[in-house]
Amino acid sequence: MIYADNAATTQMSRKAIEAMLPYMEEVWGNPSSLYVFGQKAKEALDEARERVAACLGASAGGIYFTSGGSEADNQAILSAAKAGEKKGKKHIISTAFEHHAVLHTLEKLKKDGFEIELLDVHENGIVSPEQVAKAIRDDTALVTIMYANNEIGSVQPIAEIGAVCRERRVLFHTDAVQAAGHLPIDVQKQNIDMLSLSGHKFHGPKGVGVLYARKGIPLTNVIEGGAQERGKRGGTENVPAIMGMTAALEDACAHIEENNEKILKLRERLVEGLTKIPHSVQNGDREHFLPGTISFCFEGIEGESLLLLLDDKGICASSGSACTSGSLDPSHVLLAIGRPHEVAHGSLRLSIGENNTEEDVDQILKAVPEVVGYLRGISPLWKDKLAGKREFLLPE
Amino acid sequence: MSLYSEKVMDHFRNPRNVGSMENADGVGEVGNAKCGDIMKIYLKIDDNVVTDVKFETFGCGSAIASSSMATEMIKGKPLDEILTVTNKAVTEALDGLPAHKLHCSVLAEEAIRAAVKDYYDKNGIAYDAAQFSTSCAACHA
Repeated sequence: MIYADNAATTQMSRKAIEAMLPYMEEVWGNPSSLYVFGQKAKEALDEARERVAACLGASAGGIYFTSGGSEADNQAILSAAKAGEKKGKKHIISTAFEHHAVLHTLEKLKKDGFEIELLDVHENGIVSPEQVAKAIRDDTALVTIMYANNEIGSVQPIAEIGAVCRERRVLFHTDAVQAAGHLPIDVQKQNIDMLSLSGHKFHGPKGVGVLYARKGIPLTNVIEGGAQERGKRGGTENVPAIMGMTAALEDACAHIEENNEKILKLRERLVEGLTKIPHSVQNGDREHFLPGTISFCFEGIEGESLLLLLDDKGICASSGSACTSGSLDPSHVLLAIGRPHEVAHGSLRLSIGENNTEEDVDQILKAVPEVVGYLRGISPLWKDKLAGKREFLLPE
Repeated sequence: MSLYSEKVMDHFRNPRNVGSMENADGVGEVGNAKCGDIMKIYLKIDDNVVTDVKFETFGCGSAIASSSMATEMIKGKPLDEILTVTNKAVTEALDGLPAHKLHCSVLAEEAIRAAVKDYYDKNGIAYDAAQFSTSCAACHA
């Protein structure tokens, strides 16, 4: 099997698994318990908090463990909204191509009377600090913009956007789910007030994530319960998962340059090879990108059939086609960067990691043109284009 | 359970009657590029019987499988019989489709009807227009 869907999830590393085992087999007490056995788990938790904080340039007091990136996004946005509302601020700035954990939370707030302004991300999938500066008003409660896009991999000028927000005294949250462990993060230097990340995107376990919130930002609970996470997130802490995520994050952050160097080599070959397919287009920015995330649209075909046939050839990938989203509309990300519906239906996302090999790239570069060619061969849409009855939307 | 039945995957991987046809007696094309599926069915008709059928489809796995299954269901059948092929029959023959994919079988039914209508129109054969009203627009609204 060739796994090229690392933006969906990653294989757990041996280090992460081994970091978890002691907290399932030996130190399995409840960190909230008073006796020494429980307090041992609490010590581990405190230590994990310090270690995660160190990876983000944060202080441990700002780290809250959650069930994952989605919960962290929900809590960050709802907290900022509530804090803003108290001061009469009900304007929130974001972008049209955020993850649904952000967009759906914003939609919910819209129903509660918040004004949501989604900034244009342009064809390259990047929003500028100038756009943010222009959009900020006196009643802006929050700016929430993702670090790197999950479908097309474009990387936003986070530090600059953060600086604009800081200057205008507006809270800045970034969904760093795709970036964490793959791009450097320093919440101090990058002027980040709140940040979300998810353990399973960098070889850690699923079902665990982090919300970072700068000291002094009042958090609203999404999950009510006990006094865990300084009372801001009820529920007994998932100590094994937290330990696994912490080990994975440390490992990923320690090897960012080395991993990316390797991934970039594979990426270059993939992009070069896929670009040769006529009437195709690469999505995302050419300079500011997540090394592992590669997105293309191929005209005249539909993405789900492409994925199923790649699966038959042992390749795991992803698409923003409507058929894979479970709705009639293709990916909101591809639409946000201006791809027409028809083109967006024919999308392919390959997300590679440091575990992929040159041989994987060989296989992918053999399989994708074959499958695209086959599907175009049975596509009446493609034939009409060849016959001049319909226009090509993408250049040859 | 996986998304698709084995039958869907079989027809998707090994589509029957795939291709185009020169001098077809009836051609039906339904769907649109914006919605992500277009189905085109070609009929060869002799003495009111479908003696050959071909299809081309732009669409997802279930769209390709539905087209393939529909062509098998109408090959060698008289016209009045193929007009009774419903999307439900196509779906059942495929051992079911996920709920959000049922429109693919609707497209197959409509492609068949459109091809028969084209044959009637080309040959000046009278028919009841109500028999050929399509619900495609409603499905993709």
